[in-house]
Amino acid sequence: MKKRAIIPILYILFLMLPIYWLLSMSFKTTQEILGGFTLFPQVWTLENYAVIFTTPSWYWGYINSIAYVTLNTVISVTVALPAAYAFSRYSFLGDKQLFFWLLTNRMAPAAIFALPFLQLYSEVGLFDTYLAVALAHCLFNIPLAVWILEGFMGGVPKELDETAYVDGYSFPRFFIQIFLPTIKAGVGVSAFFCFMFSWVELLLAKTLTAVQAKPIAAEMTKTASSSGYELGLLAAAGALTIIPGAIVIYFVRNYIAKGFALGRV
Amino acid sequence: MKTVNQKAWFFVLPVLLLVAFNALIPMMTVVNYSVQETFGNNVFFWSGLRWFEELLNSERFHAALGRQFLFTAIILAIEVPLGVIIALAMPRQGPWVSVCLVLMALPMLIPWNVVGAMWNIFTLPDIGLLGYFLNETLGINYDMTQNATAAWVTIIAMDVWHWTSLVVLLAYAGLVSIPDAYYQAAKIDGASNWSVFRYIQLPKMKQVLTIAILLRFMDSFNIYTEPFVLTGGGPGNATTLLSIDLVKVALGQFDLGPAGAMSLIYFAITLLVSWLFYTLMSKDDAK
Repeated sequence: MKKRAIIPILYILFLMLPIYWLLSMSFKTTQEILGGFTLFPQVWTLENYAVIFTTPSWYWGYINSIAYVTLNTVISVTVALPAAYAFSRYSFLGDKQLFFWLLTNRMAPAAIFALPFLQLYSEVGLFDTYLAVALAHCLFNIPLAVWILEGFMGGVPKELDETAYVDGYSFPRFFIQIFLPTIKAGVGVSAFFCFMFSWVELLLAKTLTAVQAKPIAAEMTKTASSSGYELGLLAAAGALTIIPGAIVIYFVRNYIAKGFALGRV
Repeated sequence: MKTVNQKAWFFVLPVLLLVAFNALIPMMTVVNYSVQETFGNNVFFWSGLRWFEELLNSERFHAALGRQFLFTAIILAIEVPLGVIIALAMPRQGPWVSVCLVLMALPMLIPWNVVGAMWNIFTLPDIGLLGYFLNETLGINYDMTQNATAAWVTIIAMDVWHWTSLVVLLAYAGLVSIPDAYYQAAKIDGASNWSVFRYIQLPKMKQVLTIAILLRFMDSFNIYTEPFVLTGGGPGNATTLLSIDLVKVALGQFDLGPAGAMSLIYFAITLLVSWLFYTLMSKDDAK
């Protein structure tokens, strides 16, 4: 092993410490947590997890989060596909400006939009529904999906399109039967990133929901503020939110840089 | 060369409509508020540029904006060099590459409020791993609910923990794109490690690093959830960044006029700086 390997090892250790502490807390009993500092759980307990899986407001939080995140991913990728194709294959009036304008929406601080979003979605009668959060997250996920897909489509030679037309394929048939399978990695990666960014966002999701569509993250905030004595429960809920990311990340490991850089690497 | 085809607009239309619905209507609402005054009951009066004038002269706004810039400057100064150093030390091939990539990306996929909550639990002075270690083992008096410096160090450490990997991943992507032949040529010429970095690796990383800095600027300048959960802006106003102050004014106090003006100035600053970076980035692309 080379000497310089120590740098990544130390860094990863630093990354894992808070995660370890969260997991360790989640397996401790409330008594032990209040009793003082212990490096490892003295008595392992699954009580905290049991509470989450048996209390409706907790497990519905997870279901709600997954519901609007999935809905958002489907909407974002579906509308981004034709747009990305247009940007990658054609030049048209205002294309560059439009592309930059899409990026500006990723720059907008969510804090700016919180209040107007609340009013807009109340006005159209979508407040506290999955669709409201899913549509609101489109603000930053559609630009992201367009950018990533455009990056992947740019790598497909134009000859593919031309050959298909010569062979007598209509555009929709070509797009679905030939083009989509060619860029399926890109579709997967953009879906992953839409899922992720919708999953980690809280401010808008919390603002746009009350009871019916309330995300898991908001449920956690409630616990955190109502009583400081439920640390173990909070830790267990937090640990469970890490799982979706941890599961899918392995599949996209080689594309993570590309996705975070909006398809530009 | 791309074909000129104005009909391509039809392909873009669904994206345009959805994003415009989310971006333009709320933005116009904000513009509306920023030039009006309200006493409740949905009665509004024209107030011109009053809110903007008040805001630009308000010490509270200056302080929050200053803290926001300070925060962004500090985390950029730490994360970018640190990210490059780690990327340089990472293995280029072999089974450890995947392990590194997966473990390093993990913090970025954790919901932002969980990141805040996790660091809260981690740094509790009596029962947090870090808090206990600093207080009991090293004997440093550390409590971020009391001490402003401790609160700042903690939110910065949290952001370094959360986002340095983004710089690492992008820099690493730039590094692996360098053909082996470059290194061999450098070896034959007897180039030092520093020259290899300065003349081969850094130029190759320039474009990805511009993207990394752009993204880190945008996200750290807009950061809200993590510091809010961790410190709530305290102790006092010590860590009340601009975004935290904005939400306080808009959703807490419901002062729509000042909040609108604040939003617009906030967005304008983000847009201006990001545009500068974007121009740099596009220039690099064109080469």
